[in-house]
Amino acid sequence: MNMNEVPAGAAVDLSAHAADFPILSRPVRGKRLAYLDNAATTQKPEVVIEAERRFYRESNANIHRGVHWLSQHATDLYEGARERVRSFLNAARVEEIVFTRGTTESINLVAQSWARNTLQPGDEILITAMEHHSNIVPWQFVCEQTGAVLKVVPINDAGELVLDAFDELLGPRTRLLAITEVSNALGTVNDVAPLIRRARAVGARVLVDGAQAVAHMPVDVRALGCDFYAFSGHKLYGPTGIGVLYARHELLQAMPPWQGGGSMIETVSFERSTFAPAPQRFEAGTPHIAGAVALATAIDYVLEIGLERIGAHEHALLARATAAVQALPGVRIIGTAAHKAGVLSLVVDGIHPHDLGTILDADGVAIRAGHHCAMPVMTRYGIPGTARASFALYNNDEDVDALVRAIRKAQDMFGGRR
Amino acid sequence: MSGHEGFGDLRELYQEVIFDHNRQPRNFHSMADADHVAEGHNPLCGDQLTVYLKVADGVVQDVSFVGHGCAISTASASLMTEAVKGRPVEEVEALFRDFHALLTDVPPEGRDFGKLEVLAGVREFPARVKCATLAWHTLHNALEGGGTAKTE
Repeated sequence: MNMNEVPAGAAVDLSAHAADFPILSRPVRGKRLAYLDNAATTQKPEVVIEAERRFYRESNANIHRGVHWLSQHATDLYEGARERVRSFLNAARVEEIVFTRGTTESINLVAQSWARNTLQPGDEILITAMEHHSNIVPWQFVCEQTGAVLKVVPINDAGELVLDAFDELLGPRTRLLAITEVSNALGTVNDVAPLIRRARAVGARVLVDGAQAVAHMPVDVRALGCDFYAFSGHKLYGPTGIGVLYARHELLQAMPPWQGGGSMIETVSFERSTFAPAPQRFEAGTPHIAGAVALATAIDYVLEIGLERIGAHEHALLARATAAVQALPGVRIIGTAAHKAGVLSLVVDGIHPHDLGTILDADGVAIRAGHHCAMPVMTRYGIPGTARASFALYNNDEDVDALVRAIRKAQDMFGGRR
Repeated sequence: MSGHEGFGDLRELYQEVIFDHNRQPRNFHSMADADHVAEGHNPLCGDQLTVYLKVADGVVQDVSFVGHGCAISTASASLMTEAVKGRPVEEVEALFRDFHALLTDVPPEGRDFGKLEVLAGVREFPARVKCATLAWHTLHNALEGGGTAKTE
């Protein structure tokens, strides 16, 4: 396990922050909640809930169109949120930040605005075998629309990219590399920076799916050198329905709109319309204003704690859970990469992941069971799905122990008495 | 953890009959000379099964299934094959309706579900109803002339 961000032996104590999350104090099925489904969505701290509530109580108006004070106020908050996202990603310009509904919409935006209008028959889109469906299906649409071809970098048994294959597949026809920074199903952290360099060197554009990365490690889009970076607010302790696409300025300015409507136009007549500059050109209709404002609060919240510390804390939980689970007979961990984020995917002999999920749930342990929107990963391992525990800043040893206890109980139920 | 203690509601869901049918599903084979076949698929879980039937004179003469899924879906399919074998098709369809109501709605009064009763515990676990009904939807489709059943 790569723990290079943490001095050896330095435990990070984030225990005080669990109290920031109101939902964690509610019992589930009469038990203490051990919320370990953070890769699906994180819980929200009081400050984020309050930010959204406060927006509606004190600041609500539509943006970019009112001459009245509240409209200007709401616009300032919304554009202020955009600036906080820029700073969070270390983007060069605030115009490079587009608000979307989430990672999925961000990727679809790039697919339909950039790729669909750029790719030619025979051009290649390179993805990896560990992608989430949202970084597969939009490219399949583009391939159908343009005649481009989808190529897939395989993974090894540990769930790591096969880099030799990457080099073979990357070629003069590669126009786009679309790659996840962290696998949601396996926990693998891809060292994307050198891959981005290699892809840019052959003239390809690069999209990074950061959905599973932003809550666990610092991200710097300029250091990465990627062209596009996508993430969701709700996996970063922010609201659902708000997400971000970062796109390099010169690319974004040249991209045509993909959805038409209000806010994205300059002038409209029945003969023709002209469009606003980016990013407004890509934000047709009234956006999730309160969501953007609350996302900025979520960003402030994680930055105050520190992403390095959050990542180190989650690594410690992952190490504890991995060791405990490895000691159980009949349990196999799916995804054993050398460099992992706080995701523990596993299968238990003789117990279907869904049965395991139900039994864990009865003890208040919330995990995800299934294919995690990564069916090709499951096919790669020849399994229908996994049970996946994923960690966040508010989890603790007690959550890990509850998980392990519940797995043993499931084995007890399924294994012994007849 | 000692023996049966601490399982609470889970014991209502995971009764011994279900474990038994999950470990050793009955009528678990394909049927080359079936006259009705349908496939069932639960895209969310990945559960997949095929139901085979032989129907003559309006009566289910033989029934079997193959596939993979969780304990609830496997046991439900196995129990279903036992419950419908030898029954008139009309009765089977009525049983499906009543069984569905048992799991999701108001349980029909006075219906004796026999061994199928063990699946009533699914009522308390709405996320698992689709697991228990997949085989039945597939059976229904097979009787209606084939195709793929989906529950989600």
